[in-house]
Amino acid sequence: MVATDAGTSERHRLTIRAKGRATGRSTHSTGVAATITIEGRTSAEDRARLADVLVDPLLETGGWDVVVGAAQLDIGLIPGVTDTAAAQVAHAAQLLGVDVTDVSVGRVIDLAAPADDAEIRRRWANPVVERWTVGAVVEPGFATRGAATTITEQIAMPADDDGLLSLGRERGLALDLAELHVIRDHFASIGRDPTDAELETLAQTWSEHCAHKSFRADITVDGGEHDGERIDPLLGQLRRSTNDIDASFVISAFDGNAGIVQFGPERTYALKCETHNHPSAIEPFGGANTGVGGVIRDIIGAHHRAIACTNILCFGPADTPDESLPDGVLAPRRVIEGVVAGVADYGNKIGLPTVAGSVLYDPAYVSNPLVFAGCIGVAPADRPPLTGPHPGDRIVVLGGRTGRDGIRGATFSSMEMDATTGDVAGASVQIGDPIVEKLVSDLLVEGWHLYTAITDCGAGGLSSAIGELADGVGADVELAGLPVKYAGLAPWELWLSEAQERMVVSVAADQIDALTELADRHGVEYADVGSFTGDGQLVVRHHGETFIDIATSFLHDGRPRRQLRATLPEPFRVRTSIACADPAAALLALLAHPNIASKAGVIRRYDHEILGATVIRPLMGAALDGPADGVVLVDPADADGIAIGIGVNPWYGVHDPERMAWAVIDEAIRNVVVAGGNPSAVALMDNFSWGNPTRPSTLGELVVAVQACCDAAHFYEAPFVSGKDSLNNEYLTADGTRHAIPPTLVITAVAPVADVANVCTPDLKQAGNVLVLLGRTVPEFGGSHLAMVLGSDTPSAVPAPDANASDRYWAVHEAIEHGLLASAHDCSEGGLAVALAEMAIGGRLGIEVEVTNVSDDIVTSLFSESVGRIVCEVRPEHLAELRQLVGAETTILGHVSATPTMSVAGVFDLALDDLVAAFNGSPS
Amino acid sequence: MSPRALILCAPGTNRDGDAAFALELVGAAPQRVLINELFANPKLLHDAQLLVVPGGFSYADALGAGRLFALELVTRLSDELAAFVEAGKPVIGICNGFQVLVRTGLLPGAGRRVALGENTGGQFVCDWVTLEPTSKRCVWTSGLDEWIECPVAHGEGRFTTDADTLSALQANDQIAFRYRGGNPNGSDDDVAGICDESGLVLGLMPHPENHVLDRQHPQFARGHRFGLARKLFAAGVAHSTES
Repeated sequence: MVATDAGTSERHRLTIRAKGRATGRSTHSTGVAATITIEGRTSAEDRARLADVLVDPLLETGGWDVVVGAAQLDIGLIPGVTDTAAAQVAHAAQLLGVDVTDVSVGRVIDLAAPADDAEIRRRWANPVVERWTVGAVVEPGFATRGAATTITEQIAMPADDDGLLSLGRERGLALDLAELHVIRDHFASIGRDPTDAELETLAQTWSEHCAHKSFRADITVDGGEHDGERIDPLLGQLRRSTNDIDASFVISAFDGNAGIVQFGPERTYALKCETHNHPSAIEPFGGANTGVGGVIRDIIGAHHRAIACTNILCFGPADTPDESLPDGVLAPRRVIEGVVAGVADYGNKIGLPTVAGSVLYDPAYVSNPLVFAGCIGVAPADRPPLTGPHPGDRIVVLGGRTGRDGIRGATFSSMEMDATTGDVAGASVQIGDPIVEKLVSDLLVEGWHLYTAITDCGAGGLSSAIGELADGVGADVELAGLPVKYAGLAPWELWLSEAQERMVVSVAADQIDALTELADRHGVEYADVGSFTGDGQLVVRHHGETFIDIATSFLHDGRPRRQLRATLPEPFRVRTSIACADPAAALLALLAHPNIASKAGVIRRYDHEILGATVIRPLMGAALDGPADGVVLVDPADADGIAIGIGVNPWYGVHDPERMAWAVIDEAIRNVVVAGGNPSAVALMDNFSWGNPTRPSTLGELVVAVQACCDAAHFYEAPFVSGKDSLNNEYLTADGTRHAIPPTLVITAVAPVADVANVCTPDLKQAGNVLVLLGRTVPEFGGSHLAMVLGSDTPSAVPAPDANASDRYWAVHEAIEHGLLASAHDCSEGGLAVALAEMAIGGRLGIEVEVTNVSDDIVTSLFSESVGRIVCEVRPEHLAELRQLVGAETTILGHVSATPTMSVAGVFDLALDDLVAAFNGSPS
Repeated sequence: MSPRALILCAPGTNRDGDAAFALELVGAAPQRVLINELFANPKLLHDAQLLVVPGGFSYADALGAGRLFALELVTRLSDELAAFVEAGKPVIGICNGFQVLVRTGLLPGAGRRVALGENTGGQFVCDWVTLEPTSKRCVWTSGLDEWIECPVAHGEGRFTTDADTLSALQANDQIAFRYRGGNPNGSDDDVAGICDESGLVLGLMPHPENHVLDRQHPQFARGHRFGLARKLFAAGVAHSTES
């Protein structure tokens, strides 16, 4: 015990250990315990009563003020990191009438052998959010002990370019010289220096993360037949393709927090997918956790109620040896564990099903993992629309308290990373609090008639949220009344903090009482921080002192358009097969490859059942272990719903980014169609994660991918309604080596399902049914998984677009509506052989097929990844009708068999058990 | 008139809507009540015929599943809850609700002799399970004539007790459900749910509220129909109208 306040307030620490469970036991540690440090005036009896709540004698042992041994590592949180457990301990103490003024939690690791700091960082602790000692009690990270910082400063803008650039670097502004010039000139023209807060506000608003300036840049092509040509900004191209398609179901595209579509008279859906790559690289749990929280807030901020989450995760291989890791890079297995736990924690606790997704592994993601988090929301179509903000409306901040967490996240995520990133960006990463976000969401759904405009506090904090809402209107803000986590925050910190779980709403003055009453009932904190003015000026004060006074026109339209140059790629496009001596072994290797093998270990950690609407789940079939293509959500009270499909293939991106874009759009659409979605009303979302766009070759890859997106959207009449780009996904090692990710485009497709009775799954249903392949198969092995498992370097083409795909999907949809298909599955990674094996695994039924009529090369027939193909299972009596519907490019493969074998005539016979074992992995 | 089912929500409760849907389907009138509203107006409990403590992560389960929610109930509503059961009204705690009821004393194991511990797998698990209703004492299960299939979605669902308490529960017919064909969390004696001595209070880890329509079963697309959990809620509601 430590007496901290003249003998009245004392510090005590409870150490709790789980009974009979090998927590954390490995060759490196022999156990782990949780610690809870309290400060206050407590008697021994008080502490016993507290321990009675905190320690369950059936499950745990607990002791107060246990000495930390020499071979123990004591870890605590850095002050200011969100510590929800501490708040709950304080709540419990209050209920018990125990006087506790401060709480902090941590953990103790029993070391099996002495460990130095490097090993501690590698295995157990993360300096971004934690601190530690060995053999002694670590100083608890009491949240109330935040240090005071400076007040508002005026920043002189240097006259010379070097000075401007070094100012930008020192303050981490992530602005280029042209942008710094415009800022300097603007403030010169109004006759004063900017304040630190104004500079930071501009940096956040003009960051790549917020402004998408590469997607809005003028681009000039270098070299090749298009040398010197100017290309329209990429975002403009995507918008125009959506406008040209002019689909009646699009309500709002590329505007506000999310895309909005309406498939029927009753409801609208909001769609959004975000990236949270850099935060997840340095603090995997918190990065992924707040990524999920952020995208859910986007849906709330689009005036919809969230109903499901999706996620696509790209990692380095789990078995990457520590020795091969660049400096400052976390081991992939720790990234994987942290990210999956972070996604699960947020979705499970806020109560949303995490339904669709993908997990990809490639060495190129070791130093720069990718986390794509998506969310879908619903709202009644007849709800009154948002019309504000109107001059005179109040600005209300709802939800979490503001702290020093997440300062400068937008600029951080717009920079490349290196070994110092974890240190300098520590404050950019936070831990989420899904419980608070659930309360805020419930409040805003119940009270959605009470506000005139809404947006979430994401990157840039209030500066972005209020800045965006005030665009063209103007706002007068007073931050002194903002609820804070601890005292001592400078005005610019209040304004820039990215503390989580906050929303900003615009509220007519006569609705304020109704809103605050509702907030009180839901237990949500709020602050009225000012009003929208109508004069177009953004004025922000702290205790009456103005520290920001900036025209919203300059903030939003003053940024100079970026000029970029692109060199277009010249991909290899000769159709070539590759040699494969043992197709049976290749199939088993493909099924066991981490990209294709079962993701049950991840999927089962996500609650995909909550809300009772998940009709087609990520895992389906006789033993609930067969992979589904698309998922289908139908609210229990409705008959109709939506199908969701995902397409992603960075290996195609490496070889041919243009065809990659076509292929992943095709795959996403195919996934929703085979599940029962209507191909005539598909809405798409794009997520580009790319390298540094100022490198012409990298930008060239992006240019052709975006153009392919527009072309494919036209072809399938599937408009993009929302998108997000995350650029600068590169890691610079100390020796100057640059690690860039492969071009990674994630496409999410959403389509209506008219009747829950007409859904379709890939698992085989009945022996004797006929197996039919729809589509054409040619030797396309560029970026294929067969090439990957064989280690083949034979060049080949990435799968080309299929001109008949759209008509085929219409026919398949009609066939599903008529009940002609017992099952249907897309052919993707690993080709026809993997598709058939997955159908067999799903149905626990055998297969007897012949593939000589698929193409004239066995390897192509089995493993080529030609796009647009679907394998169907059909009852013999329905075959004629199916052929009539689908027409050409229909190949009868064989039939479903009761014998538990996958038999490919003249090639191999594989036992179903062996397929299952390869796909599910041997139990560990 | 439809019996009023009070669905009690703490911050972090999240399967309240699913429970409301299930109850409405079998003729009850669900009323979602936030815990602060109930503290301000305990009469809401008195006016209800049935009480549901639904699933979720009350207070983020930061101090161990359900512990803080339970402490709030014990500290502020102990008498009202006891009176509710005394009046013969049924109570069900699902998942987090089970974890809460165990610590309020409404379910057996007073003095911390029953607990829901971390799954033996060490992780949250979402999967489907098969449940055998095994108690004739419990008003919720006594009329069930077939096994139920429904999902589990929890990280702390391992039913744990001492040998004496387990024998007493077995002898008194207070084991309401057992997992069959797979125990997802390592529970003692495959116990998935238990009831109190009166048979009115049921606590269980799995989520019967997520299998009240045929189409909610993952094998719906295979044309199979498996044990719906609707009858469980129907039994509770029927009993509430008799009391």
